[in-house]
Order: sequence, then C-alpha cells, then structure tokens
Amino acid sequence: MNIDSIQNGVVLDHIKAGKSMDIYRYLHLDELDCSVAIIKNVRSNRMGKKDIIKIDSPMEVDLDVLGYIDPDITVNIIRDGVRVGKKHLAPPQRLVNVIHCKNPRCITVAEPQLDAIFVLSDPEKHTYCCAYCDTEKQRRL
Amino acid sequence: MSIRHLIDITDLTPEEIDGLIATAEDIIAQPERYQELCRHRQLATLFFEPSTRTRLSFESAMLALGGTVLGFSEAASSSTAKGETVVDTVHTVSCYADIIAMRHPKEGAPFAAAQRSEVPIINAGDGGHNHPTQTLTDLLTIHREKGRLNDFTIGFCGDLKFGRTVHSLVNALSRQTGIRFVFISPDELKLPDYLKENVLKKQGLAYEETASLEAAMPGLDILYMTRVQKERFFNEADYIRLKDTYVLDPEKLVPAKQDLCILHPLPRVNEISVAVDNDPRAAYWKQVQNGKFIRMALILLLLGLRAE
Repeated sequence: MNIDSIQNGVVLDHIKAGKSMDIYRYLHLDELDCSVAIIKNVRSNRMGKKDIIKIDSPMEVDLDVLGYIDPDITVNIIRDGVRVGKKHLAPPQRLVNVIHCKNPRCITVAEPQLDAIFVLSDPEKHTYCCAYCDTEKQRRL
Repeated sequence: MSIRHLIDITDLTPEEIDGLIATAEDIIAQPERYQELCRHRQLATLFFEPSTRTRLSFESAMLALGGTVLGFSEAASSSTAKGETVVDTVHTVSCYADIIAMRHPKEGAPFAAAQRSEVPIINAGDGGHNHPTQTLTDLLTIHREKGRLNDFTIGFCGDLKFGRTVHSLVNALSRQTGIRFVFISPDELKLPDYLKENVLKKQGLAYEETASLEAAMPGLDILYMTRVQKERFFNEADYIRLKDTYVLDPEKLVPAKQDLCILHPLPRVNEISVAVDNDPRAAYWKQVQNGKFIRMALILLLLGLRAE
C-alpha cells in the first residue's frame, strides 16, 4: 500500500493499534482541509502493530491532549519533506476542556459553561481528578 | 497581595492550622482584644443550601469581630432562581463584601466561584464534597479535648461516602503524625476511593474498614459520628434502608475508653441518642461553640488582620 510522503506537516507515530480514530476525533482532524492519512496495523518491531497518522499541514498539535491520550505517541515535525523535530510526550499536569466530569453532583455538570479542569493525580496510573469535585478519571485509551 | 481562599482544607498548611488554633484559643481567653478588628468590614454569607450552625456561626463570628453581615439563606431568594450562574452571583456579591462564606449543593461550586471572585471565598460546604471550616472546628475541639493533634486512633462512623466533614477531616489528619483511621460504615456508604488512593495510601497511612461499631469501639480515642444525609440520596428507599444503621447509645459506650472524645458535626437525627448528651465524653456541643472562635480566627487570617 502506498501512502505519499508529506512535505510540510506532522506525523503521529507509535499510536496503539486500533486507536488512531480516537486520536482523529480528539484532535478534531475532521475539521482540517488538508490531506490526513490514517494508517492502521502497521508492523512495528517495538509494538508488534501500531497506527500512524500523517497530517499534510504544518498545524500545531495539542500536545496536552496527545499526552493525556497516550504519552507513548511520538510527534514528528516534517518540513520540506525532512523530519526537523521529534517530540516525546508526557502526561500533562493539567487538562482544560479536554475531558469532562461525569459526576452528576459536580458544578461543571450543572453549569457546563465552566471550564472543565482536570489535574494529574497519579502519574503512574495516569489518573486525573476533576479540579472541582475530585472525581477520578482514568486515561481513555 | 493575592487573594487567599479556603476551598479545601489543604489550602492551609499545617503551620497555618496551628496558628488558627492558637488565635482561636487567644480569642476564647481574651475576646476584647478582637472585638473591633473587623470594624467597617462586611461578610457575605451565600447559602444556596440550608444551614443553621455554619451560617449563624459565621455571622456571629463576624459580628464578634466588630464587622457586619449580609447575604441570603436559600437559593430561592437569590438570582439563582432566575437562572444566574454561581460564578456570576458570587462575582456580583464580591463587589459589595470584603469576604464571602458560601455553601452550595453542587460539588466544586466554591472552587468555580473563586476563579472570578474579587474577595476571599470560604467554602462553607459543597454538596457531599468538602467542609473545611467544620474541619477547623473539629481540629480545635480535638486540640482542646486531647491537648494534641497527633498520636490517636479516630473512628469515623456512618455516611463516609457523602460525609463532606469526614472527607475534609481525613485530609487534614493525614498530615499529622501517628493517626490511625478506622472507617465504620455500611458497604454502600464507604469512604470514596479517591481519598483512600490519593490521600491515605499515597502517604502510607494505616486504615481499617469495618461495618461494626461495637467491634471498633474499644480501640478508639475519638469517635466521629455522622448523619446519613437524606439530601444526598437520589433514591429515598436507599436512604430509609441505611439511615439508622448506627445509633450510639449509652450501652454501646460501655466498652469505650474513659477518655474517649465523641464528636459530631451536627445536625443529628437518630445516630446519637439524647441520653449520650450527659456523658462527659460527648464533645459535640463544645464543637458548636468552638466553630465560632475558629471562624473568627479564619476571617482574620484571610483578611490579613491580627490583634496587636
């Protein structure tokens, strides 16, 4: 299968196999005009199988969102067909309007115009707590 | 100077809590030193949920400091009834008052309010989440009754799931040394996982969970009783089934230590028999009185005032 190399854009590599569509939705890639390639179940020495997303536009990727979804993803920056940068991710300390609290007693459920703020409570378990009500939320993927 | 709020008990350092207790003790000993400190200052009490002790103790505290009070005691008498958000209501009131004490049925409402307030916000209870000024009251009472805030076994009994006073006190005591926790509750009302995982286990603190008050009683230095709160249940049948799980009476106190200290944030319904009130170990009415003094100390701290 041939997928064209991109000239200026971003390649998200080392996505857990089968999870690329979740990333696509979280990053709102459906709103882009440019070419976006989702390559699933690519053979990988390290992971066995992995997904890759190629975005043919020099967009700013929300690293906090990606770091929350899966800090093992690598972000490659491509300029003039050459990789000029590679970013490794870490779980962000704070997430704003990425995930939302499901606790029916939380003020953010009653007043959804409030920023949904979560803070990293356990880096090992990748657990986040709602800054308002302390309800825990585990990483989605 | 940035505005200081009290949303969660951990907003105060253990040293600041010691300082508040020392100030409260001084207020008890020499009230005249404090009676003019808040002259021309206004406290707003915004109670979106009913309260007797907390609201009146805040108001009594401010009046005893020479200040004045304004506010409302139910959401129906505020613009909330017209659909105004809690943030807008508090932002409005912060234009009229120097400090705000607020209670709200939704968890995290004081945290939301603090994001936009021009003056200090005190969380006077947010749903089943936190109640830090009750915790300060509890700590002052424990300090006065036991002479220390460390090295004891404390049993929390009743609704530990929605008991916001329990959550805040567990958080505060987890920062002291030598505290052993016993959590006595039915399965449905156990302490939330986030407190066990993020507070107790993270700090390597020993705790025990049991459904039997009788079994736990002989080992306790402090017994913290709580009410099963009807207003926290979505299903009334669950409330009726659980409400009288624990009733403390003189018979249950027979195997207890002679220097046991019995606390309750009040109001009580059936969980402590009236016959226990005359037991010298019952400290819950002293708690009520201590609530005023510690809130006076807190108002002074957040307004940056002190007696000369």
